[in-house]
Amino acid sequence: MTELRPHAPSTFTSEEPLLEVVNLKKWFPVKSSGLVRRTVANVQAVDGVSFSVPRGGSLGLVGESGCGKSTTGRLITRLYEPTAGQIRFEDTDIAKLSKREMLPYRSEIQMIFQDPYSSLNPRHTVGTIVGTPLRVHDMVPKDKVLDRVRELLEVVGLNPEHYNRYPSEFSGGQRQRIGIARALALQPKLLVADEPVSALDVSIQAQVVNLLQDVQREFNIAFLFIAHDLAVVRHFCPEVAVMYLGKIVEIADRETLYSRPHHPYTQALLSAVPDVKQASVGGRRERIMLQGDVPSPINPPSGCRFRTRCWMAQDICAKQEPPLLQIGPRHKVACHFAGERGSTGHVPITLKALGVNSHGDPVPGEEPMQGLDAPGYSPMFKDRETHLRESEPLADR
Amino acid sequence: MSSPHVNEGFLSAGQQVFQPSAGEDPFLVVDELTVRFPTHDGLVQAVTDLSYSVERGKTLGIVGESGSGKSVSSMAVLGLHDPRSTRLSGSIRVGGREIVGADEDDLRRLRGKDVAMIFQDPLSALHPFYSIGDQIAEAYLLHNKVSKREAKARAVEMLDRVGIPQARNRVDDFPHQFSGGMRQRAMIAMALVNDPKLLIADEPTTALDVTVQAQILDLLQDLQREFNSAIIIITHDLGVIAEMADDVLVMYAGRAVETGPTKLLLTNPEMPYTWGLLSSVPDVTASTDARLIPIPGNPPSLLNPPSGCPFNPRCAHKDKVPGDLCTTTLPDLLPAQVGEDHRRRCHLPDPEVIYGTEVLPEIAPNLVEQHEQTREEETR
Repeated sequence: MTELRPHAPSTFTSEEPLLEVVNLKKWFPVKSSGLVRRTVANVQAVDGVSFSVPRGGSLGLVGESGCGKSTTGRLITRLYEPTAGQIRFEDTDIAKLSKREMLPYRSEIQMIFQDPYSSLNPRHTVGTIVGTPLRVHDMVPKDKVLDRVRELLEVVGLNPEHYNRYPSEFSGGQRQRIGIARALALQPKLLVADEPVSALDVSIQAQVVNLLQDVQREFNIAFLFIAHDLAVVRHFCPEVAVMYLGKIVEIADRETLYSRPHHPYTQALLSAVPDVKQASVGGRRERIMLQGDVPSPINPPSGCRFRTRCWMAQDICAKQEPPLLQIGPRHKVACHFAGERGSTGHVPITLKALGVNSHGDPVPGEEPMQGLDAPGYSPMFKDRETHLRESEPLADR
Repeated sequence: MSSPHVNEGFLSAGQQVFQPSAGEDPFLVVDELTVRFPTHDGLVQAVTDLSYSVERGKTLGIVGESGSGKSVSSMAVLGLHDPRSTRLSGSIRVGGREIVGADEDDLRRLRGKDVAMIFQDPLSALHPFYSIGDQIAEAYLLHNKVSKREAKARAVEMLDRVGIPQARNRVDDFPHQFSGGMRQRAMIAMALVNDPKLLIADEPTTALDVTVQAQILDLLQDLQREFNSAIIIITHDLGVIAEMADDVLVMYAGRAVETGPTKLLLTNPEMPYTWGLLSSVPDVTASTDARLIPIPGNPPSLLNPPSGCPFNPRCAHKDKVPGDLCTTTLPDLLPAQVGEDHRRRCHLPDPEVIYGTEVLPEIAPNLVEQHEQTREEETR
């Protein structure tokens, strides 16, 4: 285990993280037409992401549609087969387990889906929907299934006597509660919530977010919370990762990420969120307009994937892909010119790590640093002026 | 200042609207609009006694949950309801012309020319078999005596206007070749091809990412400045309203429950439903420890709306109203305590005080001081 992580323990707390994802990739092949269907290209949906989720904690995954956040979620639940990389769940790499070997882990990792209409079978009663996982995994004796279903319905705030109703008899918010009850049935340790509230009405969203928080606290469940709504993610997750075109561009604790974003994409994303409470008192943030669309993941730009839309892009950005460098105690960013808006330096901060000069050409004799794709944070990091610093251990997080 | 007119206030001004020379009148006047759908289960009371108006160059934001009647009422403005399955009453006047009861030929001349609509889901609103250019040109050909070549040139011009790169090359593309943001732009181009005087945008950015949303909202504002169009923007996102709208109309269960100028309404909301909307969305600057305060329960059925105030089953403040007014009597849309043109439908005797002392400290404690300052300035 340890030799895989050259940067020493990934978190400050002595406890091992529940989930560690290392350099995870998912490439979907694009086949040619005709008799011999050769693979002509790959959609690089997820291209080397690393992160960790602590026990009972939550990590938020944000980004625009097509950035690979949902694919990441489906890889972790093994609904997709990973192309490369590791998914370490409680010290077992589940990325390459066979179906049979995977079975015990299925109950540990459950998923909540976005659309409460298409994710529930309309011809099954709520009792069947919530009870099926219990039967499949033999969690409770057959005659106790109904009692457990009732319990679960009560936990998510539904009337336990409604077990014999059909999904069509429930509203969107109630259906999402059924989906949550189903996910909780197996007492999972990790819940992957893929846009759990975005299909719901505003007034109902808050009910479901609160329910998820209660559930997390009560059962100590870790969450991978995938959403495009930055405000909801900030509310739910102490730690947030921003994805762009299949890669994590910035990952940090939420205070840092939302108040001092260092990646230009994160800055643009945050500035685009319309803010009621600010606008209502007359305040308005300066908006960064991103030009154009997200490039195709079939043929992503060379070097930094964001450079085609970045206002700071220079030569090096086209030549060298910026590694995800740690620049704060709990802050990693993948940008050559990372910094708060208006205070970025002219010298790329990634030169040492990549062993290149400021034009992006390799410097003879200098080797790129290894192990930059390790998940979690190291106690030692270099700040933007590349002074080696030791972060003070956090008392709690 | 265009403000949504309300029954009694409107009647005095109403007489002039019928005269074609009344140039000063709002471009769109909706007066006591009621929309009912008879179904097997009973009569769906989708919209009840809704009145508002929009001037040219102004933006009205309509907020509400799904099923609150916001889309139904705007579809009525375009005459999109099938008269065989809909019961419409009241009046909708677009540029002085009555829409309710107008025949289909008149409506067809109006649609796409004076009034255009941007739909929520561009993928289902665009025809998959026709190229983007053909679909835009069709709307132009229908209302203008031009050749196909000119119409095509106009389509390229419009695509260029809405910021599609290399419009000349993309004009023959099909909808599936466009990204989500580009499709929405193409829809906007189609809606604007005849320089409409009124643009109805039904959740124009709900399906889009924030960065694309910002681009589209900016585009709408630019185009409004250029063509002096009136815009109705329908959304459930108060953030979008705060950025775009001059006036707001909050709808609940088919009725207007609060109306007023945007800034005023968002700083001094006086209807518990509006409070609920504000408190149930997290924002990117608030304290992260604060718990969201959801509106309990679910939106009411429009087949059988609650008696009295439609919001009363979900209202946390109805105990402050003496007696059982809330459950027995529908409150009128009356002038609110703070601000001109601000109206609310609520029995609460002192909503302004309740908001300042009970609601705001919970949802945005950091704004309480600011709120009190602006209050003092206003009362002075």
